Amino acid sequence: MLTYIARRILQGAIVIVLISVGTFVVIRLMPGDPTYLLLGEGEIRITQEQMEAIRARWGLDRPHHEQFFIWAWNLLRGDFGDSLIRKGIPVRQMIFEAIPVTAILNVTSLALALLVAIPAGIIAGVRRNSPFDYSTAVGSTLGVALPNFWLALMLIVLFALYVPRWLGDLPLVGRIPPFGLKSWQGYILPILVLTTEQMAVLTRVMRASTLEVLTQDYVRTAYAKGLPNTIVLVRHAVRNALLPVVTVIGFRIAFILSGTIVVETVFAIPGIGRLFTDSIFRLDYQVVQSLVVVLAVLVVAVNLLTDLTYAIIDPRIRIN
Amino acid sequence: MTAPESTALNQQLTATADRRSEWSQAWRRFRANRIAVGGLVVILLLALMAIFAPFISPYDPIDEIFRGMRGGSPTLAHPFGYDHLGRDLLSRVIFGTRVALLVGLLATGIAVTLGVVIGAVAGYLGSWEDTLISRVIDTLMAFPIIALLVVLAAVLGPSLVTTVVVIGMTGWARFARVVRADIMSLKATDFVTAARAVGVRDWRIIWRHLLPNVMGPIIVLATLGIGGIIILESALSFLGLGIRPPNPSWGGTLSDGRAFILRYPHIAFFPGLMIVITVLAFNFLGDGLRDALDPRERD
Repeated sequence: MLTYIARRILQGAIVIVLISVGTFVVIRLMPGDPTYLLLGEGEIRITQEQMEAIRARWGLDRPHHEQFFIWAWNLLRGDFGDSLIRKGIPVRQMIFEAIPVTAILNVTSLALALLVAIPAGIIAGVRRNSPFDYSTAVGSTLGVALPNFWLALMLIVLFALYVPRWLGDLPLVGRIPPFGLKSWQGYILPILVLTTEQMAVLTRVMRASTLEVLTQDYVRTAYAKGLPNTIVLVRHAVRNALLPVVTVIGFRIAFILSGTIVVETVFAIPGIGRLFTDSIFRLDYQVVQSLVVVLAVLVVAVNLLTDLTYAIIDPRIRIN
Repeated sequence: MTAPESTALNQQLTATADRRSEWSQAWRRFRANRIAVGGLVVILLLALMAIFAPFISPYDPIDEIFRGMRGGSPTLAHPFGYDHLGRDLLSRVIFGTRVALLVGLLATGIAVTLGVVIGAVAGYLGSWEDTLISRVIDTLMAFPIIALLVVLAAVLGPSLVTTVVVIGMTGWARFARVVRADIMSLKATDFVTAARAVGVRDWRIIWRHLLPNVMGPIIVLATLGIGGIIILESALSFLGLGIRPPNPSWGGTLSDGRAFILRYPHIAFFPGLMIVITVLAFNFLGDGLRDALDPRERD
């Protein structure tokens, strides 16, 4: 077990190194000299010496591989450098301010999605080909095909224009702001959008794995023993059917983060995703390259945790 | 005709009959699936719409601007209404079909080609090439693909070509993974050992004996992936990093509509609806192909 963990951490580290080298190279390929970005826009009179001084100050006069090692070493020490555009603000501070927002969005919507998807998937699997099964199938098919940014915009229209018109100023829905996070109600629509997508996928997985488990010998044995239906389902079927859901959650962390990037941009929410797209458009490469590495570390860590959880809850899996 | 000769002939005949019936059986299974056939019909209609866009669309999607009609609501002459500049939205949506299908098919084509080649190399060679390729596959699969696309699109400058190339170059990992696993298990079968014993060269074994056996799952995976790629393309255009205005694309029109979402909600509504219909059609077709090509995987 310990050697397994050590090997997985090593593999994860290789992935992170690959991603950071890739990011560093790609960012260096971007058009434009970062020195001019540092100086800002407009006509600037500057002597050759001043230029050299700026380059030396930011380490831009060193060879590329040296720049990479300086950057990587600083990252390891937790020093992400300063934002190029928002002068003097450390990148670390920007990222740490954005993380809680993204975390609340994703953890809440994942929890809500599981709350609906697990029972829905079980019932659909147990009552196969029932009207309930068909309606969840339609729902999850639609949920996968809806682009999250379109769903977001349509919900904004629905709650900002039509709901007040039809229902008057309801206490809760009447106060949902279309954009931003001025109050906690601002979280409602983004969470709804993110939940829809996760719910659709997880319901499908849960249904498929319930169907799979119900054909197993131990379920037949349990029925043959004369155990009541609910006991067989809860104790024998569902407990085993839950396993694939754990894998899928870990596997989907990358997709979930992709979703956040777009949804946060639509709703103008100050999380990791918005910080990322904003920094791309402001050419704030210092922020972009740090964020990419942070995302990579996050994904690798979650994948490792998923595999370990899987090994702990399923004693049949003895990792080799 | 002597007895052994006729047996050999018989065997040959049954072999060709089996081969033919394998595909015709799949086709029969596919035809029986009404939802999948519906998906195929919708895709064909969309393709016709894309090819004949200049003849179908009632107005010019870029140059014909109706004065004073900015964000105008749908009317009989303009069933989808006007966009934020006063252009006919229906015409822009019709031309947007071209971008969606072009990017969806070309990017999938690049991804499948790369994935099959890389996966076949990794699965057939094994050893350090396999280890290296597997790590790259893990990295690509683990990383939020939108983040990668956004960075690459920003570096290369947004355009149709960039979008296709970038999505294709980052999307091959899932195909490589399937091909690699299949080829690894096929490599151990008797017919490959036999081919090798006769002295068939490696590339010929891969091309003639292994790849035909993995095409079924790849076709299914590719079809199911097109919908996701169309959503990715429109997400990129939506963020302003895909197709450049004034060229019409569904994601770009959605992004135009976003700025005026509370005043002219119809601008964002119609292109999104088209994305949903297209993605559903490809997903239905893919599900149907999976059931037809691999009946064991039916639930």
